[in-house]
Amino acid sequence: MAALSSTPSSITSKLRRLDLGSGVVGVRFLGTTAAFALGEGDVVLAGHEETRVDAHKGAILSLASDGKRLVTAGDDGRVVATRLDGSSETLFEQKGRWIDHVAVATDGAFAFSVGKSAHFQPVKGERKSLDLPSTVGGLAFAPKGTRLAIAHYGGATLWFPNAQAKPEVLEWKGSHRGILWHPEARFIVTTMQEAALHGWRLPDGAHMRMSGYPSRVRSMEFTPGGRYLATSGSTEVILWPFVAKEGPMGKQPTMLAPRDVRVSAVAAHPKDEVIACGYEDGMVLLARISDGAEILARAPAGGPVSALAWRADGGALAIGTEDGAGGLIVL
Amino acid sequence: MPETKPNETQPAKIPVTVLTGYLGAGKTTLLNRILSEPHGKKFAVVVNEFGEIGIDNDLVVGADEEVFEMNNGCICCTVRGDLIRIIDGLLRRKGDFDGIIVETTGLADPAPVAQTFFVDETVGAKTTLDAVVTVADAKWLKDRLKDAPEAKNQIAFADVILLNKTDLVSETELKDVEMRIRAINPFARIHRTHKSDIAIDKVLGQGAFDLDRIQALDPDFLEGGHKHFHDEDMKSVSFSTDKPLDPDKFFPWIQELTQTEGPNILRSKGILAFKDDPDRFVFQGVHMILDGDHQRPWRADEAKVSRIVFIGRQLGTMKLEQGFLACVA
Repeated sequence: MAALSSTPSSITSKLRRLDLGSGVVGVRFLGTTAAFALGEGDVVLAGHEETRVDAHKGAILSLASDGKRLVTAGDDGRVVATRLDGSSETLFEQKGRWIDHVAVATDGAFAFSVGKSAHFQPVKGERKSLDLPSTVGGLAFAPKGTRLAIAHYGGATLWFPNAQAKPEVLEWKGSHRGILWHPEARFIVTTMQEAALHGWRLPDGAHMRMSGYPSRVRSMEFTPGGRYLATSGSTEVILWPFVAKEGPMGKQPTMLAPRDVRVSAVAAHPKDEVIACGYEDGMVLLARISDGAEILARAPAGGPVSALAWRADGGALAIGTEDGAGGLIVL
Repeated sequence: MPETKPNETQPAKIPVTVLTGYLGAGKTTLLNRILSEPHGKKFAVVVNEFGEIGIDNDLVVGADEEVFEMNNGCICCTVRGDLIRIIDGLLRRKGDFDGIIVETTGLADPAPVAQTFFVDETVGAKTTLDAVVTVADAKWLKDRLKDAPEAKNQIAFADVILLNKTDLVSETELKDVEMRIRAINPFARIHRTHKSDIAIDKVLGQGAFDLDRIQALDPDFLEGGHKHFHDEDMKSVSFSTDKPLDPDKFFPWIQELTQTEGPNILRSKGILAFKDDPDRFVFQGVHMILDGDHQRPWRADEAKVSRIVFIGRQLGTMKLEQGFLACVA
């Protein structure tokens, strides 16, 4: 591993190992506590101690957080909010259906999808619903305000649930799954069923095709201020430049932390241009965009890294794997 | 052709059985039977209509049959998007079940379901298509083969066919309908059933898409049946040669053929003997998607015969045969 020998620094001694018992679907920080959402329905809160919350009676399919609550959607037909104190509350329930996706707005409103319907629940007031032409592949709230981006077959829909206006449809053939807003709301990016990303520039809807991946992109995040979009799916982190007005069009991506196994998860540091890169062999590297310097955070072991999250102040990293291993590093 | 070498360190893939059959043939009866028999196994079931299943099972999932095209230049590469998502979700609960059964609607084309298991990387890595099982109504199949292209697709695609409701027809009628099935698909295992009553091991664990289990491609049609009922639209053709093939001729030919004729070729299978190659090469395909590998060395007592089979629509027999024989080294 040439990449490592040139940068021997390692912080693996700081790694606190957690045995979570089932595959990690995702992780978020609630304050200084890492909240792990697990495939078998539990949420594990790992602060000074570990608390296990029986959030769902089935698999957790999707998760989101506003920093105070971990909101999870499950195949038990429920949307559940778990708080730092270990209490949990059912926010919505529809028996017999899967809640496929969930998203949380900064003001505490949340959205979720059931098959072809997207639902928006404001902090106060009645729930609103929108029927889409096909099953919802992903949901994301705009960085500010109440606008919901919904990925589906054939494109994405931008919905202002509080306005009467007809939702705006961004078209592009294919199945769109994950969806993400640029931090300045200048772009929308989706992960596709094919090994590619698609993007639209707002407000004119100009297309951006980002392809060349050897496998489907499952994980993507913008760096602070949205200068780069960091993505999984290749044997290195692919960074698309989004500084320019036209986004990455006509530009080459930057590659970071190359290895001989694929990147399975990425998380962008909230303050510095550093990416946490998780690989299919369980290894985690921290890589600095400016000079490519790498620090080993977790040695290869077990299954693919399926979840990564930075604490809001960037002082800690949470790691989860497909085979139920967890880790916390306080820097 | 993608590599599909089994990796010993990986846990076994979860088998998926696709259950098809025209409306009213007895699919749901079979499904209820599979779920209720005391075999000690647990199945996750993907259905299209809730409420039909009489068995209490928390792993019954409703699907929407959303078929879409992949943007990969392969015009018949349709997949079931809902199925990809459902299997992704089910895999989070792996360990909770031993197999997945996907029931399609009576009017569904099995191809997008089957192709989903070859096109999506995660689905293909963690699950394996075990077999397409088609339930056919012994009394009405003959008529449906005339007026319903979906019914014909389901027969052509099948690895296992349950010829159901045998109590409603005479032995002569049964033989007649079996011969019609054979004219379309001479390779599927046909089981005569009444009320979808069948031993579960005849339906599950078939390994029909497992390259290691392709043993022989000897059509099992009834005497004379193949000739009597020649279906003008859908048929199977099979060619063989005892002369070794040249891989540099065969691969370009089969790739080109499936690219151009893919929409018409529903299924293909082959066992091939290449020149200077001690191993059997086996392949199988669904429309344009081909999957092949070296299987095992030819045995000393085994005739090194290359055989290839296509099931499809409007197959130009002469042209196919000439193309195949031109691959001789």
